[in-house]
Amino acid sequence: MDEQPVDEQPAPGVPAPARPASRRAAIEAVDVTRSYSFGDTTVQALRGVSFTVDDGEYTAIVGPSGSGKSTLMHLLGCLDRPTSGTLRVGGRDLRELSDAELAELRNREIGFVFQAFQLLPRSTAVDNVALPLLYRGVKGAERRERAAQSLRAVGLGHRLTHRPTQMSGGEQQRVAIARALVGEPRILLADEPTGNLDSRNGAEVMRILEQLNAERGVAVVLVTHDDEVAGRARRQVRVRDGLVERDTAAEHGTAAGGGAA
Amino acid sequence: MKGLEAFRVALDALRGNRLRSLLTTLGIVIGIAAVIVVVSIGAGARQQIESQVEGLGSNLILVVPGQFDTQNLSSNAAAVSTLQRDDGDLLADVVGDPDAVTARLTSGAQVRAGAVEQFVTVQGSDQNLPEVFTRPVAEGQFFTGTDVEARRRVAVLGSRTAETFFPGADPVGRQITVAGTRFQVVGVLAEQGESFGVSQDNEVHVPITVAQRLFGLQRVDAFAVKSPSAAQVPELSRRLWRVLKAEYPDQTFSAVTQTQILGVIGDILGLLTAVLAAIAGISLLVGGVGVSNIMLVSVRERTREIGLRKALGARQRDVLVQFLVEAVLLTSVGGVIGIALGVSGSLLIDGLSPLPASVEWWSPVVAFVVSAAVGVFFGVFPARRAGRLDPVVALRAD
Repeated sequence: MDEQPVDEQPAPGVPAPARPASRRAAIEAVDVTRSYSFGDTTVQALRGVSFTVDDGEYTAIVGPSGSGKSTLMHLLGCLDRPTSGTLRVGGRDLRELSDAELAELRNREIGFVFQAFQLLPRSTAVDNVALPLLYRGVKGAERRERAAQSLRAVGLGHRLTHRPTQMSGGEQQRVAIARALVGEPRILLADEPTGNLDSRNGAEVMRILEQLNAERGVAVVLVTHDDEVAGRARRQVRVRDGLVERDTAAEHGTAAGGGAA
Repeated sequence: MKGLEAFRVALDALRGNRLRSLLTTLGIVIGIAAVIVVVSIGAGARQQIESQVEGLGSNLILVVPGQFDTQNLSSNAAAVSTLQRDDGDLLADVVGDPDAVTARLTSGAQVRAGAVEQFVTVQGSDQNLPEVFTRPVAEGQFFTGTDVEARRRVAVLGSRTAETFFPGADPVGRQITVAGTRFQVVGVLAEQGESFGVSQDNEVHVPITVAQRLFGLQRVDAFAVKSPSAAQVPELSRRLWRVLKAEYPDQTFSAVTQTQILGVIGDILGLLTAVLAAIAGISLLVGGVGVSNIMLVSVRERTREIGLRKALGARQRDVLVQFLVEAVLLTSVGGVIGIALGVSGSLLIDGLSPLPASVEWWSPVVAFVVSAAVGVFFGVFPARRAGRLDPVVALRAD
């Protein structure tokens, strides 16, 4: 991928003067590619993606299935490394990190919210939420205390010892949000968070994400194919065929521009 | 993730699938229990035999014809080289005490007393037997040197034989028939006890001269020589052997000491125990393969869980440790159950069956270490596979 594709987004750093000086880049992608080899054939899922997500920003990554959206999410979640280009998460270049360092980066900087909730079915809400702290080496009592706090923050203070099977889908997704939040990450990465929920629960989950973004300043990256969900974000990055097709931040000239929807 | 946390996580996982965990570890349970029982029986047998051989008196020397075979506790070439009763005088000269040597000829015959008839071991002995073998006479008396020389048909019964043929009665002075010949009972030996369910009290002693005639033999099977002290045993056994060798240069004889017999018995039992324990240990191996197999299934079933844990910050090592601890916990629990079964089984066998069994203190310790090691050995492969799962692929699994 030598040829630079037509890129609607200016090079990173260009929008910088428009931002408050206190803002730092939570995610910085420069010409990121990712290709997969299956025997002789190579499939290029991402063909050179560049964009920046600032601290505390609320961004939706939108695109149809097969657009490279999932690949991008895995990269932003530090679950994978780019084939070429530079991807910095929390200031760390993914290509320079070992598997163990990558795991630690995920643990500290990223909170995941998955479409299918991904809760451990036999563990209580508290134990599920405390999981990221377990891998951070936090002691048991403190872990449970922080997990309980996190559950209270998403309105589940009354469900601490319930197991996922005893909760509704909306509640389960709120447990997952509490889990994403418990480690106080810089970025909350939500992959189709409302995909398995009815509209009422979906709206509730979206409200919580927005509230967390506003009150705690955690950067939210929402990956979805649903334009309605994406429309609630201040900024949309539209991905198609492995490239960024449209980035509203570039159009508005400011990533922090509110009310873009 | 700290060791204790890994332990807790593993325990939760195993509890979540109780029945499967139990079935998986059954192979380990059976293997450990079987090895402990076998080792206990081996140790029990050794202790019993050692105490019995020692009970004979540690200064006993057995002189037998032929080369004493240390492989199976017998002498070969007995048919070629033979000992005569007179040779006892040669041996007695060496010891310097005519009462310290006793000849023996062992056979068996149909014995009858009144309506009771049974096949019994018949020992051709001489008057020195009670002294040399330390076998006190309980009733009556042992036959005398005169009885032996005069070929008198007198018999001394083992305590069990006495009970069989004369239940509740005093056999001294009564008649018994040995191989069709009538004998008068003159004494009963004190009880000696059992070895592997075979009583040493179930025999009839008759004068060796009579036994030779009865069975049509000229030879004697062996001489037992009592050394004045345990310290003199090695030297005395060499001298006994040299005297016989000088008398019969073409023949082979052996003078076997207590220590040699004990050593041979120990070797045989050790080998036997090792072979049986190894066979029982195969069950451990099979159990280990079972654990490995179930762990692989578990890793596959829990691919999403592994993917999730990795996404949340678990390193390859964390996942590996989690599954390894799970495997070790599985086999260790199996080991503990197996130890409990093996120890109680050994105690039951010792108490309820004629087999002796003695639980060696180290066998449960070794069993536990082995069961944990089986977990490590058979758990490493599935655990590595779990640790190496790509989180992206693992999260997609259904």
